[in-house]
Amino acid sequence: MEELLKVDNLKKYFPVNMGSISHRRKIVDLKAVDGVSFYLNQQETLALVGESGSGKSTVAGTIMGLYRATGGKIWFRNMEISMTDITKRPLSLKKEIQTVFQDPGTSLNPRRTIGQSLEVPLRVHNMVGKGKVKEKIEELLATVELPANYMSKYPRTVGGGERQLVAIARAVAVSPSLIILDEPTSALDESVQAKIISMLVKLQADLNLSYLFITHNLGLVRNMATRVEIMYLGKIYESASTMDFFTKPLHPYTQMLLSSIPVISDEERKLKPKQITSTGEIPNPVDVPPGCGFNPRCPFKLERCSRDDPPSVEVTSGHVVKCFLYNES
Amino acid sequence: MEIFLDSIKNSIYKFSRNKVSIIGFFMVAMVIIVAIFAPLLAPYPKAAGAFIDFSNASKPPSRAHFFGTDVVGRDILSRVMFAFRGALIMGLGVIAAIVPFGVLVGLFAGYYYGTWIDTVVMRITDIFVTLPALLLALAVASFGRPSLFNSMMAVAFAWWPFYARLTYSMASSVRNETFVKAAQTIGAHKAHIIFKEILPNCLAPIFTKMALEIGWVILVGATLSFVGLGEQPPTAALGTMVSDGAQYLPAQWWISLFPALAICFMILAFNLLGDGVKSMLSTEVL
Repeated sequence: MEELLKVDNLKKYFPVNMGSISHRRKIVDLKAVDGVSFYLNQQETLALVGESGSGKSTVAGTIMGLYRATGGKIWFRNMEISMTDITKRPLSLKKEIQTVFQDPGTSLNPRRTIGQSLEVPLRVHNMVGKGKVKEKIEELLATVELPANYMSKYPRTVGGGERQLVAIARAVAVSPSLIILDEPTSALDESVQAKIISMLVKLQADLNLSYLFITHNLGLVRNMATRVEIMYLGKIYESASTMDFFTKPLHPYTQMLLSSIPVISDEERKLKPKQITSTGEIPNPVDVPPGCGFNPRCPFKLERCSRDDPPSVEVTSGHVVKCFLYNES
Repeated sequence: MEIFLDSIKNSIYKFSRNKVSIIGFFMVAMVIIVAIFAPLLAPYPKAAGAFIDFSNASKPPSRAHFFGTDVVGRDILSRVMFAFRGALIMGLGVIAAIVPFGVLVGLFAGYYYGTWIDTVVMRITDIFVTLPALLLALAVASFGRPSLFNSMMAVAFAWWPFYARLTYSMASSVRNETFVKAAQTIGAHKAHIIFKEILPNCLAPIFTKMALEIGWVILVGATLSFVGLGEQPPTAALGTMVSDGAQYLPAQWWISLFPALAICFMILAFNLLGDGVKSMLSTEVL
C-alpha cells in the first residue's frame, strides 16, 4: 500500500504568558504536540484517539496548515508540507487535503445557503464548467443522500446530521485523497452518528479516500479505523492495528480507556480487558510531570516512571507502546 | 424563486411582529412622500423661497395657516414640508456615503486583526472617534462656504469611524469562526473570505445601526443649520427655522415650535423603523 501521509517527530508549542499582573511576563511553551510520529496509507483510516487536551486537534490543525509546526516534518505524498501555513500552500495541495470539522453548525456559514457553500470548492478548484455548477451541486447532495432542494436552504433550517452531511459533501466536492475528520460526530445526537459513520464508510470505498479520524469515541474507532494511535499529553503512547488494540491493549492508559467504555450486558463486560478504574485527569500541558506523562494516574507505576520518559518499543509487529512495563522483555 | 418570496414574506412578518415599527414605517413613508411632492402638497408653495407678505406676518396658527406664519409672512407648514427635503437628503445621503466606507475600513482591519495593518488603520479611526462628532462637524463645516453639501461632508467626516469600529469588532470575531477556517482550508481566496464569508455575518447590526441613526444624522444636520452652517436662506431648513424663531419666543411660539416638532417627528420615525429592521434581521427561526 502506498504511503499517503507521514508525520515524523511533529512538535507544536504555543507560547503562553504565565506571569501575573504583579509579576513580569513569563513566557512558557505549552507543548500541545511533542514529538508525534505516524503514517497513513492510501485508503486507510487512522484513528487518532485522546482525551480533551491531548493535542489531537492540534495535530490535525498542523496537517491542515492552520498552524505552523514548531518542529518535525509532515510529508504528503513525498512533499514536505510542515513549514507551509495555509496561506502559502499551493492550491493543488489544498485540493488534496480536506477537512470535516466537529460542529457543522459553525463550519457552514449561517448566512449562505447550502448551495452557496457547496459552490465554493467547485469554483476555487475549477471542478466543473461555469454552466454545470448547479448540476454538480445536485450530484453532490445526491452523493450524501440529500434532496436537491436543500441547495436553497440555509444551514440552520436543516437538522444537525444533515448539516454534517453537507459538510461531508463539501469535503468530497474536490475529490481529495485525504480527509481529516476532526471529531465529526461528537456534536451530533447518538441517533444520527450511525448515519454519518456509515456515509463516511461508504464514501471511502466509493471515492478511494483516506481518513485521519480524530475522536475520543472508542466505539466509532472499532467500526471505522484500520489502525489506532493513542495520544496523551502531546505524545503517542500506543500504536496498533484496530484488532490488536481492542483485543490486546498493552499500555495501562489504553486499558483504562477501554475499561471506561460503558457496557450494558454481562457478555459485553466479559469481552472487556482487565478492569482499570480511571483516576485523575489529564495534567496541564504547560506543567508536564517529569518522566512518563501518565505516571501520576498509572496503577502499575514503577519507580523509574517518574524519573525517565519511556521509549517507544515495538512489542509485536506493528504494535508499538511507550511504557517501561514492556521494556525488559 | 419560491424561496426568495418565502424569505421576503418571512422578513415582512418579522418586521410586522413589532407593531410600533409599522407606525415608524408609515411615518417615514409619509415624510418621504411629503418631501417628494412638496410643491403639490404644500398649501403655499411660494413660501418655500424668498417670499414676503408683511400683511400676514407672525400670524398664529389658524385655519388658513395651520402652523401659523413667520415674521415675513411665510406659511410655516409649507416651509416645513419643503424642509423635509433637505433633512432627508442629509440623513440618507450621509448614511449612504459613510456606511460603505466605514464598513470597508472595518472589514479590512478586522480581517488583518492583530497585525500592523489593524493597528495603523484602527488607531487612525480612534483619533476620529475621540473628537466629539458635533465639534468635528462644526469645525469642518466652518472651513468651506456654508451649504447643504458642505454640512453633509462635515457630518460624514465625523460619523464614519463608528461604522468602521462596529464592523471591525464584528469582523475580528467572525474571522475566528470555523466556517472561515473551512473556507481557508478549501483554498478560497482573501476577497471571497472577506466579502462572502465575513461580511454577510456583520451586516445585521450595521443595517440596524443605519436605520436607527438616520434620525440622529438629521438632528446633527439640523444643529448645523441652527448655527447657520447648513442650508442657506431663503431655502427652508428645519434648524434655521428653529433658530430664526427662537428670538420671538415665547410670544410667537409657533415659529420655532412646529419646525422643532418636525425634527422630533423625523427622528422618531427613523428610530421606530430601525427597531423593525432590527427584528427583521435577527437570525432566529420562526
